[in-house]
Amino acid sequence: MMLDFSQVPGYGGLILTGLLWTILITCLAGAVSILLGVLAAVATLYGPRLVSLLLREVAFLFMATPLLLQLYLLYYGLSQVGILLPAFWTGVIGLGIHYAAYNADILGAALKAVDPGQAEAARSLGFARGATLLHFVIPQAMLSSLPQMGNNSIMLLKDTAVLSVLGIAELVLNAQRAISETYRPFEFYLVAAALYYIVNLAMELALKVASRRAEVVR
Amino acid sequence: MDLELLARIAPFIAEAALVTLELTVVSAVIGLVVSALVVLARFSRLAPLRWAAVAYVSVIRGTPLLVQLFLVFFGGPQLGLDLSPFTAGVLTMGFNIGAYMSEGIRGAILSVERGQSEAARSLGFGRLDTMRYFILPQAAPLMVRSLGVNTIILSKGTALVSTVGVVELTYSAQRLVTSTYKPFEVFAMAGAAYILIIGIISLIVRMVEASFDPSRRAPA
Repeated sequence: MMLDFSQVPGYGGLILTGLLWTILITCLAGAVSILLGVLAAVATLYGPRLVSLLLREVAFLFMATPLLLQLYLLYYGLSQVGILLPAFWTGVIGLGIHYAAYNADILGAALKAVDPGQAEAARSLGFARGATLLHFVIPQAMLSSLPQMGNNSIMLLKDTAVLSVLGIAELVLNAQRAISETYRPFEFYLVAAALYYIVNLAMELALKVASRRAEVVR
Repeated sequence: MDLELLARIAPFIAEAALVTLELTVVSAVIGLVVSALVVLARFSRLAPLRWAAVAYVSVIRGTPLLVQLFLVFFGGPQLGLDLSPFTAGVLTMGFNIGAYMSEGIRGAILSVERGQSEAARSLGFGRLDTMRYFILPQAAPLMVRSLGVNTIILSKGTALVSTVGVVELTYSAQRLVTSTYKPFEVFAMAGAAYILIIGIISLIVRMVEASFDPSRRAPA
């Protein structure tokens, strides 16, 4: 059977809408993953011993089990305890928490690698402990871990596809809708793959530029 | 926690865990073969082969595994490729992880000092013999860790083939949840099974690493 892309333009709007949602989910979940990642890394490193130990275990659980399983747990588990969250936010939060564990891991190492003289200098200038962390140590750690956290964001983009399983209308689910009407799976999945690839390349390029600039700032 | 429930679902989880293990092992073997071919192509003297390998790695790493799986499983029949869910799953995952593994292998080969291959070549060894007797033995210990990490990533990725109907851990867990309405117990148990599988893989990685480490090898 020959490939026939003639049906694709008719579904262009649907596919592009899906792509926009994929990009939006990537941005939202990416923001969650960085925010939570920073909080978790700081709490693990500077928090009480018990908190630190607990966070390390939780992070391990998130990194050692599949994303899909975590999403299902959140999806079915939240409704069991009476929290009714729309699938969209379940997906964004689940994806965000999953990558927060990876970001916290990277940022923890970067925080430890910041020259202690930086904090000492800030403290001797009269900055409080919290302000020293917030204005001096964390920004430097984030700058030095930019390449790895950027890579995580690119992986996160690809993992947004998994949210289609929860019924979230992003690129894959919209492609499936087009397929259910046209019976052209190969063509539409190929188009979806190409769109992911383009966004992926754009993110890689942006990361390369940003990493180079971060190198200059440092 | 409902202990009775845990005992009741344990056999189902154990059976499904074996399928996940099987998916991981078969995909990893396919991945190793694919990665070896990709690395060969990347070090080839034929430029088009090198370009093809670079493009392959870039495209595979630049698109979601789930989309690749759907392309093969749902799109395959259009090209006359009618595969069972299991076969489509291991082939897609094998070819996917092979691209990632090839980067680790390539990195290990490149980190062997250049002088080693120059010395071997100047002693009259051919390109392939140089690779086989000088570069690979030195690169092998360096690639164990990254191959292990990729296998762990692969084992978690096998959850995705539940979406095309392979009855593995995630699929079984989901079905058990819909019949028991106990998501925490069931998913916790499935999660524990994944952690066990990952533990086994890390153990194997550590053993292989130790076998390469002369300081830890038993005296002959």
